[in-house]
Amino acid sequence: MLACHMKEIGSWVLDICSARGAEYAEARVVDERHRALATKNGKIASASDSESLGLGIRVLADGAWGFAATEDLTRAGVETAAAQALEIARASAQVKKDGVRLAPEKAYQDDWSSPCQIDPFSISIEQNLDLLMKIDAELRSVQGVTLAETNLNFRRYEQWFYNSDGSDIHQLKYTTGAGYAAYSFEGTEIQKRSYPNSFGGQWQDKGYELVEQLKLLENARRIGEEAVALHKADQCPEGRFDIILDSSQLGLQIHESVGHPIELDRVLGMEANFAGTSFLTLDKLHSLKYGSDIVNVVADATESHGPGLGTFKYDDEGVPAQCTPIISNGLFTGYLSSRDTAHMIGLKRSGGTMRAESWNRVPMIRMTNISILPGEKPLTLDELIASTDHGIFFKTNRSWSIDDKRYNFQFGTEIGWEIKGGKLTRMLKNPSYSGITTDFWNSMEAICSRDQWTLWGTPNCGKGQPQQVMGTGHGAAPARFRNVKVGTAYKGAE
Amino acid sequence: MLSRDKASDIFDKVQKHSSADEVELIVNGGKSSLTRFANNEITQNVSEENYVLSVRVNLDGRTARATTNKFDEDSIRRVVESATALARVQDKDPDLLPMPAPSEFAAPISPVGRAFFETSSIGPRERAEAVGKMVGVAKQHDLNSAGIFATSESVEALFNSRGVSAYHTQTQADASITMIGTDSSGWQKATYPDARDLDPRRLAETAAKKAKESAHPKELPPGKYTVILEPAAVLDLVGFMFWDWGGQAILDERSFLNNRIGKRIFGENITIIDDVYHPLQTGAPFDGEGVPRKRVPLVENGTVERLVFSRGTAAKLKDSEFRDKVGPVEATGHGFPLPNEIGEMPTNIVITGPAGQSKTVDQMIASTERGILVTRLWYIREVEPYEKLLTGMTRDGTFLIENGQVRQGLLNFRFNESMIHMLNNVEAMSESVRSSGEESFDMVVPAMKVRDFNFTEVTKF
Repeated sequence: MLACHMKEIGSWVLDICSARGAEYAEARVVDERHRALATKNGKIASASDSESLGLGIRVLADGAWGFAATEDLTRAGVETAAAQALEIARASAQVKKDGVRLAPEKAYQDDWSSPCQIDPFSISIEQNLDLLMKIDAELRSVQGVTLAETNLNFRRYEQWFYNSDGSDIHQLKYTTGAGYAAYSFEGTEIQKRSYPNSFGGQWQDKGYELVEQLKLLENARRIGEEAVALHKADQCPEGRFDIILDSSQLGLQIHESVGHPIELDRVLGMEANFAGTSFLTLDKLHSLKYGSDIVNVVADATESHGPGLGTFKYDDEGVPAQCTPIISNGLFTGYLSSRDTAHMIGLKRSGGTMRAESWNRVPMIRMTNISILPGEKPLTLDELIASTDHGIFFKTNRSWSIDDKRYNFQFGTEIGWEIKGGKLTRMLKNPSYSGITTDFWNSMEAICSRDQWTLWGTPNCGKGQPQQVMGTGHGAAPARFRNVKVGTAYKGAE
Repeated sequence: MLSRDKASDIFDKVQKHSSADEVELIVNGGKSSLTRFANNEITQNVSEENYVLSVRVNLDGRTARATTNKFDEDSIRRVVESATALARVQDKDPDLLPMPAPSEFAAPISPVGRAFFETSSIGPRERAEAVGKMVGVAKQHDLNSAGIFATSESVEALFNSRGVSAYHTQTQADASITMIGTDSSGWQKATYPDARDLDPRRLAETAAKKAKESAHPKELPPGKYTVILEPAAVLDLVGFMFWDWGGQAILDERSFLNNRIGKRIFGENITIIDDVYHPLQTGAPFDGEGVPRKRVPLVENGTVERLVFSRGTAAKLKDSEFRDKVGPVEATGHGFPLPNEIGEMPTNIVITGPAGQSKTVDQMIASTERGILVTRLWYIREVEPYEKLLTGMTRDGTFLIENGQVRQGLLNFRFNESMIHMLNNVEAMSESVRSSGEESFDMVVPAMKVRDFNFTEVTKF
């Protein structure tokens, strides 16, 4: 019944746009539902459900784009929005140069659902709150923990896509996120530890089975103890060191210093006013030594790559998910592209990376799963540490910043340890490291193997005007980098 | 635009479907349109209309919220049921207050007029014309441009079953532009409720001037420099402090103001108030529970004087070990919609220097023997929470000042700077102006001349 109505809405949009002379049109109807539960110091901090249903219409007319979105799914509402999208496109044509050129794409009729073993909305709220309260109690059982925060987030995202090329695609995705943090305030310091990652924990396109796999409760006491222990830890030294990044921090390093610079809209200047541009100008494709020979990065939206937040079957232009080599044995080999940018780098087809936050936002080039491939020879984190004479191990991101061309970065982590003689020794607080993107990736000289590799979810990537928040995936295993600048964040601090 | 009467009708339906002890409705949304350009042509042009209906119930000491953008009778019934179901399964919260009644307020909500027909009536062709003017300036100067011109009209309405009825509507026009040269760039942005206050061509001219004058940038070594921060750079930095300025942050012991209330932590020339009624401010004159906003002095002559409080936080603080350390404890109208983890924060910040002592940016430059002029900052993040140590980059117009004059453009710097340190080193301030950045909400702030600002690295462009 519902799907039938969506098809009707799609046909209204395409008929109106065709009748009024659009060169291309697409309709996306999105029905989404969220549940967010959070606790703080033994009490419920928030409990909310939300749902949203609406239609986004993108049209190409007179060689320019127009987009209008509406929550009114009556025939009159749809017709008004379609007419508005066309009017906007024609207004856009007032200030244009060559006009938009779309890469060809086949028409698809398909129906896809992300793998989900347990519908997270089928789990009772009591069961969810019980888990969060147990974690909270475990965190606060550690003397010195002054604040404990936990959260669970579930999302069901259903989309019907129709375009004037003849595509009719239905996709349904479930996303689950879970995590917690312990804070400790003492003297003049606020220290924090998070699990399994900072800023909301781990997120994947999975059902409730993710919560069961994360071993949340089992790790809570250790996390609380580490937050308190940081007060007595030594300040991270300043200087040049060999460093090892845990896989979650390496995931964010990829996001910032590989994922964003390879977005072709940035490279072409389309994000110059807000998100910035990129040091990866077009002349660098197939010529820049981005990293050392063991650096292999892919943009992989296919299901076989894993349940990342950048996994789908079709992007929001109706282009099938693909795996694009980005860095191959250290050489820069590919950008993230769309139907209207593909021709600018000589591609005959879009790389399939266009996504919109929801029905009311226009699709734009977004990271899919930008992942570094693991090492081929077996190597565990313990073995990586054992083969490090003197260095620092960085774990769990605390701050991240990179310039608007994605070249100079600085990261801080929640915790670190000094490595001496192949062993973790003293705990270090306030660790930070910094560098220049290509120098850093060229200094990578070891990465752990597949059994140490995790596909991390970043649920809060912001880009575009009006800003859109998007989930991205980043697979990574712990890796070692030589001679990196450490401790810069505190240089000269008073 | 969704009228007050229409919102009130929706609340009647919500009440009809609710069997909870108390019920609250928040409706917000509106129409927004944005024309985006890059490479001197329009690249994206969007428009949407959306309203969100959000229901909170109080049920025997429990509370929860549910939200939808569907307004039919069935959806309203379901959203009420959803909030009720979420509330029902919780443990009772002894700290949960009844919803407010108008009789609790010392004064009724004072409406603020911030909706202008001249802004809400702008269509795609007028936006394209405004963009055309900005692009025209770029072409005239042989520069590449990127930016936006956007307009919106929005509504925020709140009703509860104890009689609170609050409604606010406003319009907004935004323009920002980056002018790009071969090896340099310049940026400007402005936001006003009334589009007639916005002058896209003037913004474009200023951005173009910065792009031209910062051409052939020179590398300067990192270190501590006297900087002149334009207002957008000031607001993007100081914005990170205000998340810590609520009573809940003190109760959570996650605030840099822990143990610092009543102490002078900034220079004596720094005064900060939160004032939604300031003529250059925007926003609703009530908070997430419908409590009227008060004008709150946060910092006077460098001393932290007051915090902001929601009703619940004020009640909890009165019974806590902090009650004698935080100044007057009362609801100030700064709470977020309940339930939430954060509590409250001030969002109508006005920063001023000593009366009669303001200097223009040109005067600050003229009085600087050697320093750096900063247009804009980017990707600011908190490195350390208690000293409020922040990191970030300069962007789109960084200049060397020597002997009282802007000499040339500089390669961009990374900074690592404590807000406490910075606000103790302010040597001069301009008149406060309404300003917009990208990392924080709009504020009324001055440009600042700051000594010993800590640049730790240089990037390569």
